[in-house]
Amino acid sequence: MAPIEQLNLDFLRTKKLPHIWCPGCGNGIVTAALVRAIVRAGYDQRDVVIVSGIGCSSRAAGYLNFNTLHTTHGRALAFATGLKMARPQLKIFVIMGDGDCSAIGGNHFIHAARRNIDLNAVIINNYIYGMTGGQHSPLTPLGKKATTAPLGTLERPFELLELARGAGATFGARGIAAQPRQLEQLIARGAAHKGFSVIEALSPCPVAYGRRNKQGGAVEMLKAMKENAVSVERASNMDAQALAGKIITGVIFTREAPEFCELYYQLIEQESKKNSN
Amino acid sequence: MPVELITGNQAAALAVQRAGVELVAAYPITPQTAIVETLASLHAQGELKGEFVSVESEYAALACCSGAAAAGARVFTATSSHGLAYMHEMIHWCAGARFPIVMAGVNRALGGPWCLDPDQGDSLSQRDTGWLQLYCSSAQEVFDTIIQAYALAEKIMLPCMVIYDGFYISHTYETVDIPDREEVQRFLGPPSFAAQVQPGLPANLHGLSTGETQAKLVRERHRTMKEALAVLKEINARFAAAFNRKYEPVEAYFPGKIKNVVVAAGACADTVRWCLPRLADTGLIRLKALRPFPGEEISLLLEKQKIERIVVVDRNCSTGMGGILAQELKAALYPLNSPPAVYDLILAGGIDFTPQMLQRLLAQREPHRGFAEIWGVDLL
Ligand SMILES: Cc1ncc(C[n+]2csc(CCOP(=O)(O)OP(=O)(O)O)c2C)c(N)n1
Ligand code: SF4
Repeated sequence: MAPIEQLNLDFLRTKKLPHIWCPGCGNGIVTAALVRAIVRAGYDQRDVVIVSGIGCSSRAAGYLNFNTLHTTHGRALAFATGLKMARPQLKIFVIMGDGDCSAIGGNHFIHAARRNIDLNAVIINNYIYGMTGGQHSPLTPLGKKATTAPLGTLERPFELLELARGAGATFGARGIAAQPRQLEQLIARGAAHKGFSVIEALSPCPVAYGRRNKQGGAVEMLKAMKENAVSVERASNMDAQALAGKIITGVIFTREAPEFCELYYQLIEQESKKNSN
Repeated sequence: MPVELITGNQAAALAVQRAGVELVAAYPITPQTAIVETLASLHAQGELKGEFVSVESEYAALACCSGAAAAGARVFTATSSHGLAYMHEMIHWCAGARFPIVMAGVNRALGGPWCLDPDQGDSLSQRDTGWLQLYCSSAQEVFDTIIQAYALAEKIMLPCMVIYDGFYISHTYETVDIPDREEVQRFLGPPSFAAQVQPGLPANLHGLSTGETQAKLVRERHRTMKEALAVLKEINARFAAAFNRKYEPVEAYFPGKIKNVVVAAGACADTVRWCLPRLADTGLIRLKALRPFPGEEISLLLEKQKIERIVVVDRNCSTGMGGILAQELKAALYPLNSPPAVYDLILAGGIDFTPQMLQRLLAQREPHRGFAEIWGVDLL
């Protein structure tokens, strides 16, 4: 594995620190992994735009020293689609929470995937609505407790990457806050991929999720995450029984398909040539 | 009747529970979330008899309530700010479909940028949708109004928003007299409106209509809504007989001879009421009902007094026009022979309304005859 990148402090709004996240929150780890991934990708600071929805995770936009757009709940991908279409040269990272991305914003998520537009979606999945105090989301595992599911949720969760794959995304990877080096590399690979890439970053929310579900503090949650993690390579040699309850990390799928902006601008060029002939 | 120390949001949740609501569907948003969380926990303890549906957005919440209301169920939802704005299409639809839904609207500013303060623009910008709008000034009033709202909505078949200020009312603790379920049930009874969706009576509901049909439907809703003031008064009298508390659609507090009248709704009205004994020559008109608009009542109240100046407390702003309550009020001044000057105190952004601010404003002796706009941020 390549060595860990340096955290370029120029890419952080250090004046805004300390951040508002609770002690033990995984959002900071994921944000730092994103910064290192941008360093690794070698992007010019001026070309990078961060678009975020609303939630604890989306607060990351406030600490990242790029052009950052905080948007409405669930709509970050729609904002980002407009931005990318108008300025296709930009490198756009879209930070969303599990609720933001898959509940109220689920529609934009599947359509961004369907178009295969070159955006990098980073979903910080803490299995809960953190910011509003712990309501269940479409990614809360079955039976887990939330303020809106005091007896445990009855609703089947989405398998986010399967949803992305089914809807047409061309890159899907899963990392965990407990393995920040791998996470950094997965985000960088997603950025290098042309098309819609989805990075699911599992992250502990000890306050709104862990406590209610008796998962201990941040340390225990990170430990459990690490112990449960199995790389895709290893998982390919394990049977379903051995994989039950495991978190599969790494690049879950990748494939080639035409990218939307490219197709669009090619068409415009073709048509304008025709018209000028 | 037990008196409890609870927040406005808890009062709302307890009212819903006491009202025998059959379905609750909602999506979390600050400062409303605690209502739904309280209901979820009552539901888990078996104390909320109805169904609890935790949906994927506010839009889905109101659509879900509509489906249940079409089946004749008593339903509830609650939201704030962006959640209310996101419901907008459904808000119109519910009124048009005559679903007697009750919603708690907890005021919070709309972005961008994000802001949590209790600007009333979220609910006021829904005033033209065909919902009844009742504004509350205390946690007790929140409880009582939700009960009354079901009686009213189901009687005239229009949806009703029960509105109160975020944080000032939603999160502060007050003593609230909570009648037990049986007492409330005796007052309210089970829902008795006709279900639109009925087994054995197949119908295509709310399909395409012509402009003419639509015109007649709107006229009918408009007339029903105007008559709702009388119905509300009736319900209020019945409520007073049962629970010993009452709230008029507009309430006037005129301590003796007055020159100034402050017009306000929600928590701001309570601040003014507290100020009255400390101010000379000043009275209060508290707007509880904004839809239907009690314009005639207001003109009658003002006609009898020699008022020089009205101060309207507008924790909102319709940009390009000004405070929304002031706009509404001006329509009520039209029948007066010599209308008083109107000072519109704009607290857009949901900024705090303090007694000092009011005092400072009343001390201003500017030569405004007609209309003056004063920005609260300049008085902080
Ligand atoms: C239309 C709308 N509805 C509700 C909200 C309130 N809200 C803010 S963040 C949030 C959920 C956050 O959960 P998630 O997306 O999982 O992110 P986290 O806070 O866990 O990082 C909600 C419901 C809102 N801002 N806008
Ligand atoms: S509530 Fe959870 S997600 Fe939000 S800052 Fe705290 S630990 Fe992080």
